[in-house]
Amino acid sequence: MLRNSTRWLRRNLVTVAGLITLAYLILPNVVVMVFSFNKPNGRFNISWQRFSLDAWKDPCGVADICGSLNLSLEIAVWATIGSTMLGTMIAFALVRYRFRARGAINSLIFLPMAMPEVVMAASLLTLFLNMGAQLGFWTILIAHIMFCLSFVVTAVKARVMSMDPRLEEAARDLYASPVQTFLRVTLPIVSPGIAAGALLAFSLSFDDFIITNFNAGSTVTFPMYVWGSAQRGTPVQINVIGTAMFVIAVLVVLGGQLISNRRKNSTPH
Amino acid sequence: MTVTEAPLAEAPAEEAGAVRKPPVRKRLVPYWLLLPGIIWLLVFFALPMVYQASTSVQTGSLEDGFQVTWHFQTYWDALHEYYPQFIRSLLYAGTATVLCLLLGYPLSYLIAFKAGRWRNVVLILVIAPFFTSFLIRTLAWKTILADGGPVVGVLNTLHILDVTSWLGWTDGSRVLATPMAVVCGLTYNFLPFMILPLYTSLERIDGRLHEAAGDLYATPATTFRKVTFPLSMPGVVSGTLLTFIPAAGDYVNSELLGSTDTKMVGSVIQSQFLRVLDYPTAAALSFILMAIVLVMVTVYIRRSGTEDLV
Repeated sequence: MLRNSTRWLRRNLVTVAGLITLAYLILPNVVVMVFSFNKPNGRFNISWQRFSLDAWKDPCGVADICGSLNLSLEIAVWATIGSTMLGTMIAFALVRYRFRARGAINSLIFLPMAMPEVVMAASLLTLFLNMGAQLGFWTILIAHIMFCLSFVVTAVKARVMSMDPRLEEAARDLYASPVQTFLRVTLPIVSPGIAAGALLAFSLSFDDFIITNFNAGSTVTFPMYVWGSAQRGTPVQINVIGTAMFVIAVLVVLGGQLISNRRKNSTPH
Repeated sequence: MTVTEAPLAEAPAEEAGAVRKPPVRKRLVPYWLLLPGIIWLLVFFALPMVYQASTSVQTGSLEDGFQVTWHFQTYWDALHEYYPQFIRSLLYAGTATVLCLLLGYPLSYLIAFKAGRWRNVVLILVIAPFFTSFLIRTLAWKTILADGGPVVGVLNTLHILDVTSWLGWTDGSRVLATPMAVVCGLTYNFLPFMILPLYTSLERIDGRLHEAAGDLYATPATTFRKVTFPLSMPGVVSGTLLTFIPAAGDYVNSELLGSTDTKMVGSVIQSQFLRVLDYPTAAALSFILMAIVLVMVTVYIRRSGTEDLV
């Protein structure tokens, strides 16, 4: 009996260890979800009291919480648009063209990813202080586009690199103009890479705390609201919003999977 | 309509000029593509570094203004005063990175080779927690590790806390506000950054290599040691970097889950910049952190022998 179970464990060691890691990753989300149905006793929502739907009925019931959420969404949308456009252009230039300073540009793009966030945050703040810039929406947006850019470049570059250049040659041979080739051939093939970059930029921007904390002045984004609430006392609504974000993300990813599966099935390859 | 019409109208002209397109214009294309993004990075990434470098050698106060006096003493003073926080940051980030590798490898292996049709589900479960704000998830660890909570209870009954307290990782029957809580939070927060590159490099490995190793009488352990692990090295390298670098600068975990005894250097930089308003010290501290991280990363990349990281 014991020998059998140890043998089973040895054979499935990787699976067991992997599932333990998975549980470690999911556990906080489960806790966030469970405590979104809690009715806390006092300011802090850290020990279970009793079941309640109050916070779900009124997710904006705490002052400023939905305002900060809207602000974060707005910044994330603009940061995504900005960094995806700039990043896609850079990615194409780097993969498709040979030119001088290519190495230097590659390292300029790599450095922001290889830099602790505090360092970038602090240096941006010194720039803004020296320029006398008013800290707020615009400084946050500038900072977010800056640090999302490198990630978009990396995501798009990978996709452009794996694309067969003969497809474009074929389009040109069939008398497609450069614009047509780009819109009808290049863009559809590269778009999953651009979408991945955009999604990454959105989540990085929406979730960023450290860089925002330095460059926001008195503006409060959602992560900053959560940070502040850790000292003042966390309202249950934070758990509600956290749970909703988790559920929406899972639905979006599942939806994306379904669409790409259907496409794969409909086009013979 | 206009989108499809415009290229059609252009086509004949394009056809005629296709062979002798002005070469200068074409050579400028990459520069036009790069220009906006690179300017953005130069102005908001490179230039700030220059400003910070200059700030770090200034003296003065907020009331009287700061002046560049080439006061390099600031660096020495900052290092002298805050070296415990530096050591702690490297220690915690290093431990978290090792734990991430130990925890992340089996899961990445599971997704790449064993999950079968569950692969996408497991991948989604790895990525989805990302979308709940990481601050909310870190706060959840406060609940999980709370004094008198189930986790602490179990560790106590198993007498694990006695050992960890003796090692100085925990404090009696407390886990919160100890190094163990901070490392646990860091490991948790940066685990996906380890799993995803590991998974990508494991997924690229041809399954037939495992069969071949088996045919040549390699045990599973030997196959792993001689085939799988070496081939996954690119993932290991980029995973450890993606974990270690942000963890070394993080201050959220040490502030939310730790105490004053577990403060990391990020906390110091933050409070010097935003609360004490001692800009030169803050700038010097962040440059020291950057230098340490860059040196360690360079040495590490050289030694591990992979240079295609980007």
